[in-house]
Amino acid sequence: MTKPSGTKPLDEIRIGGIGASRKRVEDSRFIRGRGSYVDDVSLPGMLHMEILRSPLAHARIRSIDTSKAWRIPGVRLVLTGELAAQRNLAWMPTLSYDTQAVLATDKVRFQGQEVACVVADNPYVAKDGCEAIVVDYEPLPAVVNPEQAFAADAPLIRDDKEGQADNVCYRWEVGDADGTARAFEQADVVSRLRLHYPRSHPSPIECCGSVADFNSATGKLTVYMTTQAPHIIRAAVALVAELPEHLIRIVSPDIGGGFGNKVPVYPGYVCSILCSILLGKPVKWIEDKSGNLISTGFARDMYLDGELALRADGKILAVRIRAESDHGAFFSDAQPSKFKIGLLHSAFACYDIPYGHISARGAYTNKAPGGVAYRCSFRVTEAMYFQERMVHAAAADLGMDQAEFRRRNLLRDEQFPHRTAFGFLVDSGQYGRCLELGLEAIGYQDFRREQRDAAARGRRLGIGISTMTEPLGAGNSREYDILGIKMFDAAELRVHPTGKAILKIGAKTQGQGHETTFAQIVTHELGIPAADILVEHGDTDNTPFGMGTYASRSTPVAGAATAMVARKIRAKARKLAAHLLEVSEEDVEWELGRFYVRGAPSRGASIQECAAAAYGNMPDGMEPGLENNAYYDPPNLTWPFACYLAIVEIDPETGVWDVLRVVAVDDCGVRINPMVVEGQIMGGLTEAYAMSNMQFITFDAGGNCVGSNYLDYLLPTAWETPGFELHEVCTPSPHHPIGAKGVGECAAVGGPAAFVNAVLDAIADTGVRNIDMPLLPDRVWEAMTYRRDVSGAPPVRTGGAAHTTDTADAGGSGAG
Amino acid sequence: MDLTTAPTRDERRITVTVNGEPHAAEVEPRLLLAHFLRAGLGLTGTHIGCDTTNCGACTVLLDGRAVKSCTMFAVQADGRRVTTVEGMAAASELHPLQEGFREEHGLQCGFCTPGMMLSAMALLAENPDPTEEDVRWALSGNLCRCTGYQNIVKSVLWAAEKMRRQNAMSAGGAQ
Repeated sequence: MTKPSGTKPLDEIRIGGIGASRKRVEDSRFIRGRGSYVDDVSLPGMLHMEILRSPLAHARIRSIDTSKAWRIPGVRLVLTGELAAQRNLAWMPTLSYDTQAVLATDKVRFQGQEVACVVADNPYVAKDGCEAIVVDYEPLPAVVNPEQAFAADAPLIRDDKEGQADNVCYRWEVGDADGTARAFEQADVVSRLRLHYPRSHPSPIECCGSVADFNSATGKLTVYMTTQAPHIIRAAVALVAELPEHLIRIVSPDIGGGFGNKVPVYPGYVCSILCSILLGKPVKWIEDKSGNLISTGFARDMYLDGELALRADGKILAVRIRAESDHGAFFSDAQPSKFKIGLLHSAFACYDIPYGHISARGAYTNKAPGGVAYRCSFRVTEAMYFQERMVHAAAADLGMDQAEFRRRNLLRDEQFPHRTAFGFLVDSGQYGRCLELGLEAIGYQDFRREQRDAAARGRRLGIGISTMTEPLGAGNSREYDILGIKMFDAAELRVHPTGKAILKIGAKTQGQGHETTFAQIVTHELGIPAADILVEHGDTDNTPFGMGTYASRSTPVAGAATAMVARKIRAKARKLAAHLLEVSEEDVEWELGRFYVRGAPSRGASIQECAAAAYGNMPDGMEPGLENNAYYDPPNLTWPFACYLAIVEIDPETGVWDVLRVVAVDDCGVRINPMVVEGQIMGGLTEAYAMSNMQFITFDAGGNCVGSNYLDYLLPTAWETPGFELHEVCTPSPHHPIGAKGVGECAAVGGPAAFVNAVLDAIADTGVRNIDMPLLPDRVWEAMTYRRDVSGAPPVRTGGAAHTTDTADAGGSGAG
Repeated sequence: MDLTTAPTRDERRITVTVNGEPHAAEVEPRLLLAHFLRAGLGLTGTHIGCDTTNCGACTVLLDGRAVKSCTMFAVQADGRRVTTVEGMAAASELHPLQEGFREEHGLQCGFCTPGMMLSAMALLAENPDPTEEDVRWALSGNLCRCTGYQNIVKSVLWAAEKMRRQNAMSAGGAQ
């Protein structure tokens, strides 16, 4: 065979392999305005659908009069729950084994709930149609938080569910209650904290939408829709609409951000499908921003009440957490079915704590369905926030330095793999090194001096630390499933005769850059330049099954499947190379992009030559072609680690706080594309800052959503957002084929506590233990001026102050 | 969407020059400029994010000034010049801002990108040598949920530098 030019091995970085900060291939269409988002899809004869939403949070529907809407020229269909019920579609199952109304028939259960929809020739006329519908409501009292929901005299929200006598959505517990109780008896100090992680909305800039196209001639349904998980949606549509799965094609086009908001199945999608079936025409539904903010997947809204058993020298002996989660009117979380409150039990996984117990209770309330994994792996954001706030409070209670307290409790390198008190197996890391690197980068010791000097001049500076690990990349299939479908992922790779390739994956990018980075994995495994590899995804007719992109699972699962299918291709190419080089397979060695004869490195066959042989010169008896697929069932989750530090200054007069510095140390294992990884970390840090500073959605006592548009729901702009200093440690995953771990969500998960801890550090002299997020100026001002905790979701505040510290023998609960 | 099937409504005739080409159309007075561009002219690079003039995904240039096309009626653009992302550069070329966003990883999902670039274009027309602070202020009417802005700022500064170099070269060539 021909000798490759020179004997130099291929430079992996130069051909866009792992470690290359390769420019993104997606960008060439986006920077030209040539992306294809769902609202850009236009089909011949397409009609437009708009949704009429409930203005009330809780009300019985007396009647719906649609006659005026039907009379508007251009209106083609007015769909109500009554009509949907004739097709058995007024209700649908959720991904959490609950039911959810598609269009309300009996009651409305949250403000913004879908009541009817109108299909018309254009969206303006469809909106006219919605305005012409008259609904007669009988208002009912609204329930807006778990405390109200669990009250003895609370109105029953889910009277549609047989046997549902209260507003309890579920009860769940994990851990060793007895062992934990014994450990608390041994404690020198018990440190307590109660806090609320406020309700937030992932709020991608692009709202949800769909174009449903039912072809009555072929019976095939094609749905273009904003989904992070097209294959699960296909299964869900088959169940909900009772259509055969092979005649359903879900296409997820370019998506304008997801962050967990585009995982659930929303009534709007179902309505557009039903309307297309009823009318025999394509029907487009594009949600407006208010509809998106008041009705689609919220996140957080969890009350956490916990305590740490501490030895006087700072060792944590046990942790106990009670969680109450507000799920809104329907339990529609998209999360592994075994874990009712997600992976909340990953809390404290980075610390060496022998005992723990968590009990959780979910509440139905008159709010939109919530609990989605907003840029996190199923409620780990709440877990890590509580963990790092609790650690901060405990260190303060012990009078111990924040860094030193963490140093004493973080897992040491030699402890891996480590089984946590809640059963996770944390596989690898260099936690101490990450912490020390972060402390050094931010100049921790110098800052403490600067802080004291500044305090002497009346300035309030503070530093906050957050250290965390996060379980990313569900499955394994033994423990993780959604709707009974195990959480694995797949990849299919076709190498063409000229050595160019197409990779098809079941995952789906919403901006993470899969089309760029997944090609790099193939390049790493096969030496085919990344520029010669096309990555396809998002179309269920054209890609292998996958559980979708959320919970940082793309690289850990679909990325692993990609590496594994490339290895299958390489195994076949080895046989082809042996044939071409006329030696036995055992005498063939591999280097990037090329096989060669052992002992005669100049005699080789490139991967491209092997590809040509697979179609034109295969050995006798060999199946032609060079393509394969791989289904990857991860043996464990991946466990990245991060240390985030923030320095803030509070204006003592106003409570406004500015971020002076942010340092991030991320260990996500092997980085496929460092540029993309850093982009993910900065995006996550920004969401963390947003959550701590301004971004939340709340409700008044009547259940009216406060935060139903971007005038009320504050998101940070370029002006407020601080700059970020990024650092890296690399501990490869011991089980992932390329040593990678998830990363896209770490900063959003671990970041908020760094900012909040920094603000509390700046007012440490006041004795304030907790201010609930967001740390709005008035709340910070109230806390530091009146030296009291500020807790609960404004304007409806529940309970009272956060717990104070009690020594174990005092035994008081301090419950608010 | 079909913008011509509303027979009961008053329609107005407008002429708008979009990306250098004049377009005449009969439109309802309530038709938003963003919908006119997207559905009427098929220029789908102008995105609609929030409906309340906050997110800036729909930003276009109107007579060279950055405006949000989701809160402006098409009839208000009658007789005026509109530039959208599709008009930033000739078909085969890229505007330095487009290059800068790719070089500095200034985008992820790409939804805010056209609006970001057009706001930046308006800034650079007024201020060819902006500081980081100038850029952050100029873009504060455009929201991005993916990037954390740091790389967007770098992208704009990258483009500004390239445009200054180009201008210096063409000025030098003219002498």
